Amino acid sequence: MNTRLWPIMRKEFIHIVRDPRTLAVMFIIPVVQLILLGYAANTDIRHLAIAVFDADHTAQSRQLVEAYRASDYFAISAYVNDESEIARLLDGGQVRGGLIIPPGYADSLLKGRAAQVAFVIDGSDPSVAGTAFAASQSVGQAQGVKLIQQRLGVDFSSLGGIEVRPRVWYNPDLRSSNYMVPALIGLILQFLTGLFTALSIVREREQGTIEQLVVTPIRSWELIVGKIIPYVGIAFFDLGEILLIGVLWFGVPVRGSIPLLAAIALLFLLTTLGTGLFISSVTKSQQEAMLVSFLVLFPGIFLSGFFFPLEAMPAPLQAVSYVVPLRYMLIIIRGIILKGVGLPAFQEQVIALAILGPLILIGASLRFRKSLE
Amino acid sequence: MIAIRSLTKRFADAVAIADLTLDVGEGEIFGLIGPDGAGKTTTLRVIATAMAPTAGRVAVAGHDVVREAETVKTLIGYMPQRFALYPDLTVLENLNFFADLFGAPRAERRTQIERLLTFARLSDFGARRAQNLSGGMQKKLALAATLMHRPRLLLLDEPTTGVDPVSRREFWDLLTQVHLDGVTIVITTPYLDEAERCNRVGLMHRGRLIACDTPNALRARIGATVIEAQVSPAVAARRLVEHQTGVLSASAHGDSVRLILDRAERQADIMAAWQAHGITPGNVRIVRPRLEDVFVLMLEKP
Repeated sequence: MNTRLWPIMRKEFIHIVRDPRTLAVMFIIPVVQLILLGYAANTDIRHLAIAVFDADHTAQSRQLVEAYRASDYFAISAYVNDESEIARLLDGGQVRGGLIIPPGYADSLLKGRAAQVAFVIDGSDPSVAGTAFAASQSVGQAQGVKLIQQRLGVDFSSLGGIEVRPRVWYNPDLRSSNYMVPALIGLILQFLTGLFTALSIVREREQGTIEQLVVTPIRSWELIVGKIIPYVGIAFFDLGEILLIGVLWFGVPVRGSIPLLAAIALLFLLTTLGTGLFISSVTKSQQEAMLVSFLVLFPGIFLSGFFFPLEAMPAPLQAVSYVVPLRYMLIIIRGIILKGVGLPAFQEQVIALAILGPLILIGASLRFRKSLE
Repeated sequence: MIAIRSLTKRFADAVAIADLTLDVGEGEIFGLIGPDGAGKTTTLRVIATAMAPTAGRVAVAGHDVVREAETVKTLIGYMPQRFALYPDLTVLENLNFFADLFGAPRAERRTQIERLLTFARLSDFGARRAQNLSGGMQKKLALAATLMHRPRLLLLDEPTTGVDPVSRREFWDLLTQVHLDGVTIVITTPYLDEAERCNRVGLMHRGRLIACDTPNALRARIGATVIEAQVSPAVAARRLVEHQTGVLSASAHGDSVRLILDRAERQADIMAAWQAHGITPGNVRIVRPRLEDVFVLMLEKP
C-alpha cells in the first residue's frame, strides 16, 4: 500500500464524519430522493378527477357514467347541472376533465342513431391529458361495442376478426417506480461522487491548505486518488441503500446480477469523479464549485433519458447526449435490474463508458495539475 | 544554504520578482522586508517549490528547486502566511498527518511529536481541534507542523502578523530555539523590530532587492542623524521644521518629535527655529536610527 494514500484517505474520512451537514446529505438525501421520485414522479394515471354534466338523466346515460367510473382511470368528483360549471371547475383545477352527456342521448341510442357525448380535457399537462384522451375514447368505444352487441344479440368474439392482446414485459404493471428507482442509482452515484469530489478538492484551495500540501512530497495523483476513494466507498454504500429500499419498500424486482452492476458502476464512477475533478480545477471556492456542478450535471440529467425518453428528442440534443455518461449507465442499470440481462445486451454502453471514463479522468487530471500552480 | 540567481517571476498581469540575486548562508536568520506587493511571498513560494520561476535559478543546499524539487521538499519547512492546517482536525491529527506525508518512521514519530508539542507549549491541547485554538496557538502549531520532518531551512511568511505582542515574543523565543538547533531561517515580517533580530535583512521593493545587509550596516549606510526632542506642542513643533533644509523626515509621537537630518550640524538650525517661536525643547538627544528610518529613507529615494 502506498504510504501517502492512506493518510489522505483517513484525513478525508475525518472531514466527512466531522461535518454533520455533509454526512446528512450523503446518507439521507438518497432516501429522500428515492421516496420523492418513487412517489411524486409517478406518471401512472389513475383516478383522474372529472366532473359530469348529465343532461339526459336516463338509465342509459347513467350506464355510461358508470362505465367511466368503473374504468379506474377516472374518479367522478362532481355532478353539475351546467356546462359552464365544468369550465369553472377546470379553470380552478378541481377537475382534469369533464363528461358532457347531451339531452336525447338515450333517445338516439334507442332509435339506432350514433349518440354523441363530449369529453373535455385539461391539456395543460400533456402527459396527463394524453392518458385521459386515450382513456376517454377507449372507455366510450368499449361501452359502444357493448351496446351494439346487446342490440344485435351477438357476441363479437364469435365472429372472427383481429384481436390484439398486448403483453408487457419487464414491468407488466407499468409501474413508474420500477423505472425510476434503478435510474436513481445512477443519478445519485453521479451526484455524490461528482459534486463531493469537486467540493472536497476545492476546499483545500479555499482554506489555503493546498499551499501546505504542495510543499510536502505528496504527488498530485496520490492526493486525487486518496481524496476520491472515500467518496467511492460512500457511493457504493448509497447504491446498496437505494437497492434495499427499492426492493423492500417499492417492490422493485432485481432480476440481474448485482456484482455485475457494481463492476459497471465502478466504470461509471471514473466519469463522474473525472467530472468532479475537472470542476475543482476550474473553480476557486466551494460555492463556485457548487454552481458549476449544477450547471454541468443538470443538463446531463435531462439528456440522459432519466425523465424524458431520448428517442423523442430533436436530433441535435440526441447527438449531445452521446457524451453524457449517465445516458449509458441508465440503460445498463435498467437492463440489469428490470430485464435481468447480462453484459452481451449492453456491451455498446459498457464500451462507451470504458472510453469516456479514462478520457474524462485523464483530461481532468492534467487540468488539475496545472491548476495547482 | 540558498542561492538565488537572476530569479524572475512573471504573472499574467504583473512582474512579481525582477532579476533577484541573493545568497543566504547556513545558520543565518534572514529577514525579507518591504511594502505589500514587493514580491516577498512569491520569493518564499519559489524557494519552497510551491511555484515555478519564470526565469533564473534557485538552489537549496545545492539542489535546484525545479529539477530536484523532491529533495528540496525534505530539506525545507514552509509556513504560509495564512493558517494552512486543517481546522477540523485536532492538533495531534494535524501533526500526524504531516508526519505521514513525509514518511516519518513510526518509532521516531511519537518522541518527535511529544518534543514538538512541548516545544510549542501545546502539550495540553493535543485533542483540541485547530479551529478552536487562539491565533497565537495556531501559529505555533503551524510552526510545529513544518518542523515535523526536521528541515534544515525554515521559510516563514509573516508568521507573526495578526498575533498579540505576547504571542509574538513567544513565537520568536521558539524561533531562537530552532535557530540554535542549526536551522537556517528566512522570514518575512511587517514588524521592523523583528527585522532587527535577523542576522541580515533584505529590503524588497517592486520585485527588486534594493538593499541587503546586516541591520547595523544598513543603519551606517544612510549616513543620517536621528534626533529626538521633548517638545510641546509636538505637532506644532514638527510642522515648524519639517520643510527646513536638511530635514529628511519628521514625525511627532506624544510629546516628542523625531527628526532625521542629513547632517548632525543641522541640529543647531532646528533649535534656532524652535526658539524663534518660543518653543524650548527639553532632553534633545541623538539616537540610533531604527530600521524603519532606514527603509523609509531608502524607499523615498528616487
